[in-house]
Amino acid sequence: MTDPGIEGTAAAEGPSSPDLFSKFDPLIQQREQLLASGVTDPFNLVMERVESPTVAICNGRRTILLGTYNYMGMTFDPDVVAAGHKALDEFGSGTTGSRVLNGTYGGHKAVEQALCDFYAMDHAMVFSTGYQANLGIISTIAGKEDYIVLDIDSHASIYDGCALGNAQIVPFRHNDVEALEKRLKRIPEDAGKLVVLEGVYSMLGDVAPLKEMVAVSKAAGAMVLVDEAHSMGFIGEHGRGVAEAQGVIDDVDFIIGTFSKSVGTVGGFCVSNHPKFEILRLVCRPYVFTASLPPSVVATAATSIRKLMDSADKRAHLWENSKRLHAGLRQLGFTLGTDEPQSAIIAVIMPDLETGAAMWEALLQEGLYVNLARPPATPAGMTLLRCSLCALHSEEQVGEILGMFAAAGRATGCIS
Amino acid sequence: MPDRQSIYAKVVEMIAPFNKKGVSITEATRFAQDLEWDSLTVLDFVANVEDEFDVIISMNMQAEIETVGQLVDALQRLQDGK
Repeated sequence: MTDPGIEGTAAAEGPSSPDLFSKFDPLIQQREQLLASGVTDPFNLVMERVESPTVAICNGRRTILLGTYNYMGMTFDPDVVAAGHKALDEFGSGTTGSRVLNGTYGGHKAVEQALCDFYAMDHAMVFSTGYQANLGIISTIAGKEDYIVLDIDSHASIYDGCALGNAQIVPFRHNDVEALEKRLKRIPEDAGKLVVLEGVYSMLGDVAPLKEMVAVSKAAGAMVLVDEAHSMGFIGEHGRGVAEAQGVIDDVDFIIGTFSKSVGTVGGFCVSNHPKFEILRLVCRPYVFTASLPPSVVATAATSIRKLMDSADKRAHLWENSKRLHAGLRQLGFTLGTDEPQSAIIAVIMPDLETGAAMWEALLQEGLYVNLARPPATPAGMTLLRCSLCALHSEEQVGEILGMFAAAGRATGCIS
Repeated sequence: MPDRQSIYAKVVEMIAPFNKKGVSITEATRFAQDLEWDSLTVLDFVANVEDEFDVIISMNMQAEIETVGQLVDALQRLQDGK
């Protein structure tokens, strides 16, 4: 107070409160350190032009895309694009309203019907994003006296759905059927129970043992929700996901999915056979209190979903790509997230964030884009280079990709 | 039904394999600050405690538990509730 320079402001400030941003200091520091080493910011890449589902121009360079979740390559499908153009012309650029007010157009009903047909289920509810689908369904159906039992490696949207609601949250060890069963048995018999699982876990690309998990859940009287975001369109005979592939889809009460992966646009959904499902449209806040998807988006989604029903050849080619990349990376000496390819995601495990960032940049310079994933998104504090394949990656492109991994891996010392 | 003292003794015994820093344990020992456990260690430890006492310690309850003493109190309540 004796310094005349600060006297005036000190009185005006009153009691000193901490800067609300102080909590981000460790992350700001880590980021500055990483960028000071000269690497390109891995979380700030700009796609200047996108030529196809598998190629874009980044930093003026032609880049193969291997981290887009565009599994079935529908984003440039001529029928899908034409449906979007038509809806944009006929219905305008946006609905400017909630689904329960002025935001339900013919297109929204049509895409919900396409989902019912795709999954052979009675009800479908479309949300503005996949994140909101999990947020809305989980927080709404599990109330204060109920229990949610979930895999510890669940996606952020599942945890956020739990946090938005009032249920008791009980996690169990990743993909551990016995741990799930033990916990279900300890919950009071008369309590409502929701088991939340994923078909494919997006970080390592591993698949859940849904057959066993759904069986123990049903034996305990629980309802089961499966997030099939990373399997729709690709896994299962009809592309309905891991629950279909393992023969338990009829015992799953709710399937959550997204339009932002195989479908190739944006949006989320829940499908179900529950007889009272439709009431959710009135009580689910993340559905009610937001604007509905634009007409062009629901038109592209509906067209894409109907085409995905009949895409067995593309599914087969995507499996070939996944197997070839997995085997090739292994042969080069990389450590992968799964021993066998289980999905269209192949995770390359990096020893630490610095090496991961260096490898990511070396790949980008070679002309390959993958995702750099790091904690808290990843399990066990891992740094991953996550690759997601597309059904439209050609055999030649997969060969090119392996060549780029070999060169970048040697340049950064990841492989010898 | 185990008394508080024996619950405490069991909890201290179960902390040992995760006590990498060799912190001496008291009722006031804090899991995050003193033992410096990350979320995965917490999961492993909680799973062991749940199995030992045959109870569920939900994430909602875990959020309220900071110290060893608070965990022992919670376990006693859960046991009494059976």
